Amino acid sequence: MSTAEPPLPTSMRTEILALAAQEPHPRGAGVAALRLVQDRFGWISTAHLREVAALLGMSDDDLDGIATYFNLLFRRPVGRHVIMLCDSVSCWIMGREPLCAHLCRTLGIRPGETTADNAITLLPTVCLGHCDHAPAMLVDDTLHGDVDMAALDHLIGTLRETP
Amino acid sequence: MTSVSERPLTAMIDPAAGPPDCAAYERAGGWQATRRALGGLSPAEIIDMVTRSKLRGRGGAGFGTGQKWSFVPKEPAAERRKYLIANADEMEPGTFKDRLLIEGNPLQLVEGMILAAYAVQAGHGIVFLRGEYHLACARLHHAIAEARQQGWLGDDILGSGFGFDIHVHSSAGRYICGEETALLTALEGRRATPRSKPPFPQTGGLWGAPSVVNNVETLCNLPHIVANGAEWFAGLGLGEDGGTKIYGVSGRVARPGAWELPIGTPLRQIIEEHAGGMRPGYQLRALLPGGASTAFLDAAALDVAMDYGSVEKAGSRLGTGMAIILDDRTCPIGMIRNLEHFFAQESCGWCTPCRDGLPWVERLLDAIEDGTGHDEDLDQLGRHARMLGAPGRTFCAHAPGAMAPLASGLKLFAADFADHIRHGRCPQQQAETRT
Repeated sequence: MSTAEPPLPTSMRTEILALAAQEPHPRGAGVAALRLVQDRFGWISTAHLREVAALLGMSDDDLDGIATYFNLLFRRPVGRHVIMLCDSVSCWIMGREPLCAHLCRTLGIRPGETTADNAITLLPTVCLGHCDHAPAMLVDDTLHGDVDMAALDHLIGTLRETP
Repeated sequence: MTSVSERPLTAMIDPAAGPPDCAAYERAGGWQATRRALGGLSPAEIIDMVTRSKLRGRGGAGFGTGQKWSFVPKEPAAERRKYLIANADEMEPGTFKDRLLIEGNPLQLVEGMILAAYAVQAGHGIVFLRGEYHLACARLHHAIAEARQQGWLGDDILGSGFGFDIHVHSSAGRYICGEETALLTALEGRRATPRSKPPFPQTGGLWGAPSVVNNVETLCNLPHIVANGAEWFAGLGLGEDGGTKIYGVSGRVARPGAWELPIGTPLRQIIEEHAGGMRPGYQLRALLPGGASTAFLDAAALDVAMDYGSVEKAGSRLGTGMAIILDDRTCPIGMIRNLEHFFAQESCGWCTPCRDGLPWVERLLDAIEDGTGHDEDLDQLGRHARMLGAPGRTFCAHAPGAMAPLASGLKLFAADFADHIRHGRCPQQQAETRT
């Protein structure tokens, strides 16, 4: 785990305390607070997790139990962009396996890994609720449907150029 | 509603125009139900109306909505903390109806929540939204802010003395959070494992307070029931259930999609008329009628009416009403392996049979699909289907749901299982690199 992460900005600490104050117990703000951290830093480092745990009055391990429970909370660094390719049943039927293989070949990584230039992390994800346009994927916050190899090639080119 | 639609849930949804704002929503008949309810109907009258409408939960379990509410203690909202929670953690593979409802008309959900909250006298509303639904999240926040600004949310709505507001909880992705007690556990900032019942959420739910958890589609029906009456709503259904249903089809059909139709519409009509039948070169082999956790039906069952009782008689469940089609060029064992991979991954890990049994099932299916399976593996799969399947010896309904496609698949595709084992390979020869 990186120890070089800067501490949470004061404004974020204030925001987390405000979220906690709205809950009958501060721990109710756990997921929301972790999401705030990840939105800013891309992932949740152990140092940041400890800061959040202290703000919520939880033990580090208690909060880490939550951080490691959810699919969308990252406890390891990810690239500048995250491609989440659906691996659930409708997308599987509609050909997500060849698409995943194509992505892995093109990017030179396996699912769960990040490219050497730190541009793209590839992750499998469960059903994105876009089954009428399968195969589907989430790229950062944007949903894509009817994905094919040409669309993937175009996307990778764009993502590599986007900071 | 000013013009009573036979497709009330989707009448105001126009993907090209985006969701209606408060004024457009009101012009199209919105807020009428809230005026009616808060202007003179008692909470008991609304519960009675919804019971008579024959509305059943649209999240998959199909419990009567009015009945569910009837177990909530009756104190006024001002005297006791109670919660009304919209379950928008839509994560059942093959299901995309709640996303369309929220993105298309978020105010309809807001109004449905106001009515449900008034009926059970809950002052606190929460939308438990899955983390992947970014557009739905933005539109919902916008709709809630506008409704609040115009006085539809907040203290003393319409001068009725009833106060209610809505908070959006963006989750972070776990299928089990759709199970209502796991959802409550997640909201309390804990690992989202289900709870034993009793106490039921209606008496001891979120933070110990009485809580009702209703599916998005269920809630979206309420404005129409309250505005147009229970009898009108009950009459929309073709069989014993009331209302319309958002049905959907995915897989190799000509026009995958979702359509609002009378509940009880025959499956054949949904697939052939609305989804346009199979794509050229593909035959329908079997299907899951209502998401990943429902049992396979084969082509002989296509005339089943898509309501709760009829699908159950046919050997499956209506579930979410969103069908997934298996075509004749897709390997059924590969499909079941994909389903069980999902269920194994999404097991919360709380109880041993589910935590250890589902990965075992996945490994057995891996072996069979990869050509290294044995006849005894089929016995082991069958044993899991019996021991984990409904009614289940597990803590919650996750493993029984996982066993529904497996148990039915073992029967329906017995010859395919045998072929894989005998020939030591998958005859479909698909590129199925695992992820």
